[in-house]
This record gives sequence, structure tokens and C-alpha cells, in this order.
Amino acid sequence: MSPSRSPPKNPVLKTREPTVPPGLRSRAALRLTAAACEGRLELQRCRACSAFQYPPREACTQCLSTRLEWTECDGVGELISETILHHSNEPYFRERVPLRVGLVRLDVGVTIVAHVDGACAPAPARIRLAAHLDKSGQAALVAHPPEGPTDMTTSQTHRDMTCDPRGRKILVTDGKSETGEALVKAFIAAGADKVWAGVAEPWKDATAIDKLAQLEGVTTVPLDVTDARSVEALSGLIGGKVDILVNNAEFHRHKPVGARGVETARAEMDVNYLGLLRLIESFGPALKFRAADGPNGACAWVNILSVYALSALPSQATFTASKAAAFAASQALRADMMGVGIRVMNVFPGPIDDAWNQTVPPPKLAPSALAAAVVASLKAGVEDVYPGDVAQDILARWRESAKVLERELADQ
Amino acid sequence: MTPSGQDLLDRMAGALARRRVRVIDLTQTLSHSFPSIVLPPEFDQSAPFRSEPISRYDADGPDWYWNNFSCGEHTGTHFDAPIHWITGRDDPRGATDSIEPSRLIAPACVVDCEAETAKDADFLLTRDHLLAWERDHGRIEKGSWLLMRTGWSKRSDATLYQNFDETGLHTPGPDLSAVRFLVDERQVIGFGSETIGTDAGQAAHFSPPYPCHSLMHGAGRFGLQCLTGLELLPPKGALLITPPLKILRGSGSPLRVLALVEAAD
Repeated sequence: MSPSRSPPKNPVLKTREPTVPPGLRSRAALRLTAAACEGRLELQRCRACSAFQYPPREACTQCLSTRLEWTECDGVGELISETILHHSNEPYFRERVPLRVGLVRLDVGVTIVAHVDGACAPAPARIRLAAHLDKSGQAALVAHPPEGPTDMTTSQTHRDMTCDPRGRKILVTDGKSETGEALVKAFIAAGADKVWAGVAEPWKDATAIDKLAQLEGVTTVPLDVTDARSVEALSGLIGGKVDILVNNAEFHRHKPVGARGVETARAEMDVNYLGLLRLIESFGPALKFRAADGPNGACAWVNILSVYALSALPSQATFTASKAAAFAASQALRADMMGVGIRVMNVFPGPIDDAWNQTVPPPKLAPSALAAAVVASLKAGVEDVYPGDVAQDILARWRESAKVLERELADQ
Repeated sequence: MTPSGQDLLDRMAGALARRRVRVIDLTQTLSHSFPSIVLPPEFDQSAPFRSEPISRYDADGPDWYWNNFSCGEHTGTHFDAPIHWITGRDDPRGATDSIEPSRLIAPACVVDCEAETAKDADFLLTRDHLLAWERDHGRIEKGSWLLMRTGWSKRSDATLYQNFDETGLHTPGPDLSAVRFLVDERQVIGFGSETIGTDAGQAAHFSPPYPCHSLMHGAGRFGLQCLTGLELLPPKGALLITPPLKILRGSGSPLRVLALVEAAD
């Protein structure tokens, strides 16, 4: 089990600085990472001779064909031998030895050196290999028991590769919204040590604030992401304690381009894009500083974006533009946070079943389903999440042809 | 006595220097935390006050400190020009840049409703209240401001200041009879309040809706909102200085409201 809460910090000891494992990968190997970002294990398979291979290369080691295809793999195989690593010259691994590593033979015919989950039976044993993202944001392969990671998965290795909310202190930037309430409840249910729920403009909707404040483990805090002073003040108060920041603050209207005036667009940008920048400016340094602060140090930054950040929805042009801007900012944030091993997780939902999508026909994503996806994805340690049918559909079509999708979204 | 014999302003300057005439600030500090008016969310909202630094003796400006601020025209202590309301849209001198400057300095009558509003947040000031006030303090002169003192500015908690429940805002204001009386029978220059609007919180349900906005601005009169310090003014005799920013076709603006009050001997 993960620690249920952090032990009180000894204030006279130096805060451990974050280290990350070596993060350089070849262009071919980055495809392993790209699949791991969404929680999949993919390996190269030759289209000429059908052989799988590992590590990633430019050509097939069996027949020299260059027609290699990244293919999802179930990771089922056998741990054929194992050892305990007691020494490493890499500072990151030095801090983590002893480490259980082993040689895994997958049923698809490749042999791989991998981390071994403490819950695996001693070699020889059946295992399931999974691709996780390590602290450098790159794919790392871990052998789990055949049923995958379990509650018996105790290793720091696995904890370092995931962002389980259990025992962690979490800030949800807009607690009053429907997604905010669902997220707050989901984090409490997932065993979070503490949840702060941001509340902007407290004179509006006092009932929602009272409801939040009555939830066990939830503290409401003043936070208006359109106001740099407010963000700075809250960061001063709790910035050094937040382990996971979830930015769900959103301003959403349905406006096409060419509608009179830009005030709606400005308000959307102010919350959805500039709000994120203000949070990054104030909370970013504090989170980075605490990236290795004990077993429950700062570990993740979650942005609730929109699947239409990938391709604009013309009927909601200004909203999707603000989400696209936030997406760009989040990628820059990720590049920055990768240096200290904090996971930036982007969530790309389709229409959420809330007041601002009232007239959007189903399927829509329930706020509780969004929250469940966020919690599950933090536990799994992925960095890109496309929850629900619409998001999955748009993603598949975008990958198939961004141009075709653009044309198809033109009249939606 | 000046050579021309016109010594009124000299005497005024002397009185100011000797504090014989005191200057009272009736303005709330323009801050990020002061609440803005709330409209139903499907309407575009008035932006609250925000200020972000350009530089602060730092790499962005080593020797100087300054900010970019932004806000709606109707933010903090602010002035409502006649064109703010549809009834005043055709007023040729009804925008912040076209108002006759002589109308920006005017005497004020202060009606103390603190006792009533302490008991009833939805208290409405009526024609009868105003007539009773006149019996005590004399006639409301043409061209005066009528300021409604409610103690609302002492509500430093923004939630109490706004005073929302499920049926909306609950703040005091004038009723239709009072507004008609002030506009037609007394020809005031405008109506000033301590609350977020010159109209009562529930005035959307009045007939006509928002009578103070509708009738005052329709008759070319002004509004002042979010005033503070009205308890420092005498019922009659204060002189108000209320120039809004000279915004091109502005419907209003935040402003510094100053009152000149003669000190007692």
C-alpha cells in the first residue's frame, strides 16, 4: 500500500532535491514513450516477417526490412531470471537501490531487461510487462504480476512512475463547478490526505460553497485564476504543500467567430489560458521545489483541456481557441516540469454534461466520469487522457487525418 | 482681495488650508477583491479590477514601477453617465466625454436610512420618506445629488455586501415614487448609493424595471455607486466633486468622489 499520508516534515533537514533517470532516447525509442503516455505497451513489429523486436531500431533484426510497425502488445510473458541491483553511478538510481530487475521473455518472442514489481513471484514466473513513464517522462518497462499492478505493488519504482492521489494533498482550482465538485469527491474517495477547493467570487452561489465545505477532508480556499494577486496569495499560503494541482477552472460559452465583440473570447482566454499561466507562475516553482520531498512529494499537475484543443469546433470557436492556447502552454509546462520529474497530465474530454452543454446532444461525459478518469489516470501514471466516447472518437479521427476531421467539424 | 475683486476662490483656498473646509473622500479603494455587479451568466460580465505589473524596479524596468490595470467602466466607486441606459441613449451630452463639466461639481443631500436598512436589506426609499426628510432639513434643491446612506459600505465582507440568495441580490434602493419625485419634482442631478447599483437589489422585478437607471438616465441625470463615508457628510451643505474619466463615448467610469464640507466653528 502507498503511504496514507506524509509524516510531518522535519523542518531542520534540507529538502531533498529532485533527480531524474537518464532521459535521452532515440527518435525510434520515443515511440515507446508516446504509447506509454496513454498507458499502452507498443513494440515494433516487422510487416515483412511479422517478428516483434526490442529495443527499437530502424530496421528488422530478422530480415532487415524497414517496414516496421508499432503494434500494441499485451506484455504477457515470463520472468526468466532476476537480480537485485545494489549500485549505480546515476544519482537517481543511487537514491533508489536496491532495485529488483530481471530478464523477461515475452510470449511474442522478445527478451527485455525490465524493472520487476515487488509483487511478482520469484523467477521463473508468469508476468505482464507494462510501459510506464519514469521521472524523466520516458517509457520504462516494468514487469507486474499477470493481473497487472495490484495493491501489493509496494515498490518505490512503481510509485515514482505513478501519481496515486492516496495520501497526497491536492488543489482543485475551481471547486464550485460541476467538474470541481466531482473531482473533489473523487480525490477524497481515492484517499487523498487533503483537498483544497478553490472558490472564486464567493458572493455567487454560497450554497455550492457550503456544500463543499461540509465534505470531510475538503477545505475551501479563495482562488480566482483571473486575478494574479489571488493566485499569488493562495500560493503563498499552500503552494509549499500542494502535491497535485488540478486546474479545472473553465469559462465556456458557445460563440462562433464573427460574433459581435471579443469580450466573451477575452473572458475565456482570461480563465482558460491566462489563468493557467498565472497558476504556473505562482505554483510552478513551489511544486518543482518539492518534487522529491518525501514519499508523497509534489508529483503532478493536471490540466482539464478539451478534445477540441486538437481541432477547433467552429460553433464554439473562441472556447476551443482558448483551450488550444492552454494546450500549447501545458506542453511548455511539461517540458519544464520534466526536468524535475513532475508529471503534467493533460485531460482532453469531449462535451461535459454540465449547464453550458445543456443543449449539446449526448453522448456527454458526466463530471463524475471525468473525475474517475483523472484519478485512474494519475494512478496509472499516464500523461494524456481522452476520457469518454466522443474524445476517443475525435482522437482517432484526428490521428487518421487532421484535415478530414477539420472538414467534418466545420458544420457541427 | 485680488486686484479684480474676485476673491471667492482665494477665500476657498484659505479655508481649505485652514481646514475650515474639509475634504472628505467618498471612494472605495479600487482593488482586485472589491466585488463587481453580477449579471445572469449568459450575459457578458463587467470585468473586475485587475492590475498586473509592467515593471517594479526590475529587469523589465530598472528604475520605475508601474502597472497595467483593467476593469469595466462600472467598477468600484463609479459614475453612471446617461447613455449607460437605453432610455438615455440619445442624450447628446450624456457620455463621459461630452458631459458639461459644470455638472461635475454639485451640492449633496444625504438621506440617512441606516436604521431602516439594518432591519430590512430590501428597504425601499419612497417619496414619503423624502418629504419627511425635507420637513427636517429643507427642500432638496434643483441640481443637487440625492445620496442614500445605508451603511452598506461598512460591509467589508464581499458576500455580505452583495447579499445574494436564491432570489438574487438583496440591497436597498429607491422605489418608483422616490425616483419620479427626485427627477420631476426636485430635478436632482443624480442619485448616489453605497451599494453596487443605484437601484435596489430586487429592482429587476419593479415596474418599470430598474426605475432609478431608467428614469434618471432617461432624464439626463447621473448615478454614483459604491460610495463610502456618507456618515461623514451633513444632511445638507456638502459639495461633491465627481468627474469621471473622459472616456470616448464612455457609459461611466471609476472615479474619486470628493466632498467639501464646512467644518463647524
